[in-house]
Amino acid sequence: MLEHLVLLLQPLVGKEVNNMAKQPEYWRWTESRWTNPDIDYKGKVITSGVDVGSVSSQAVILADGELYAYSNMRTGSNSPDSAKKAMNWAMEDTGLTLKDLSYTVGTGYGRVNVPFSQRAITEIACHARGGNFMYGPTVRTILDMGGQDCKAIHCDERGKVTNFLMNDKCAAGTGRGMEVFADLLGVSINDVGNLSFDIDKEPQPVSSTCVVYAKTEATGLLREGWPKNKVLAAYCSAMAHRIMTLLERIGVEEDFAITGGISKNKGVVKRLEKEVGIKIMETSKYDPQIAGALGAALFAKALYDKGKK
Amino acid sequence: MKANYGYKDGSGDYFITIDTDRCNGCKSCVDACPYGVMAVGEDENDPLSDKEVAFVTEKERKKIKYTCAPCKPSNDVIPPCIKACEMDAITHSW
Repeated sequence: MLEHLVLLLQPLVGKEVNNMAKQPEYWRWTESRWTNPDIDYKGKVITSGVDVGSVSSQAVILADGELYAYSNMRTGSNSPDSAKKAMNWAMEDTGLTLKDLSYTVGTGYGRVNVPFSQRAITEIACHARGGNFMYGPTVRTILDMGGQDCKAIHCDERGKVTNFLMNDKCAAGTGRGMEVFADLLGVSINDVGNLSFDIDKEPQPVSSTCVVYAKTEATGLLREGWPKNKVLAAYCSAMAHRIMTLLERIGVEEDFAITGGISKNKGVVKRLEKEVGIKIMETSKYDPQIAGALGAALFAKALYDKGKK
Repeated sequence: MKANYGYKDGSGDYFITIDTDRCNGCKSCVDACPYGVMAVGEDENDPLSDKEVAFVTEKERKKIKYTCAPCKPSNDVIPPCIKACEMDAITHSW
């Protein structure tokens, strides 16, 4: 009896084909790394910040408070490992080792899981401080559009938080939502912004804010014959609208800057700019995803100095 | 600093706002809250300051709509945390 059953099942098992490896990864965004060629770190105080986010991890190294090196890569399933990998990548070819770090601050979701850090600080405080460094002291509103949350922060000219609001209960309006859409439409995440403007007429935003239902709605629109770009436009605009309703709660004060992965997506940024009616500052020459880790590194420097006094 | 703890979902905005410039860390809100929503400790969003302030506990932040509901049976009832705060540092968005 059992033999019969095995025989019966065999052809089914044998025919199973694993198609996974062939799928292109449309969501995969570009990881980055940078070293400042003008700085010689020898003899200087090295402090660092590590931001272990839900989707991406960054490490920033400062030499005497000046930006020396950074890395930005995808977070794995293991926070301590991701922290180590990001730091190792930032240190690559510089000759630095973990022993050279005088003070390290961890931030982000995985902030308590950075094994070589002395302190953990919330991403709210770090983004304000990092945004202040990247965009200058005139920044008053920083919107961080991260992988799985969205934070609106007001800060003063020294980068100290004066008001903040965070949405981390829902994936609508986050980088992960955009990754899901890139995958659904088979468009590389780096091209989403530009393609979303390649349309005849701006469509109505998708009505669902929830990523799962927005995806369902988009599938329906594709079935109705909407071109891909139009669906992307509808989603980018829904995301901009969603963020606008969050921003309304605390208001937007000039200057207004965006950090995080979505700030690289012009499709969302331009539409948000239109809704808010305030010009969004040009992205800085550094990767806008490092703001949190940069802030953490700046806090590390401040805490190191405080400890020496 | 105005610290907004809570979330926005399909049914509305649920935020408890604490004005940390007003808060004096007296813990009367902590004693008044029957559900352990409030706590007092170092200001995690201002790491260089030594002042202790009130905040909404991590485990409650994403469910205050439900946790706080018994204290808010109608709009004209002032919840105990707000009533207890002498500094008028606490506000609810809903």
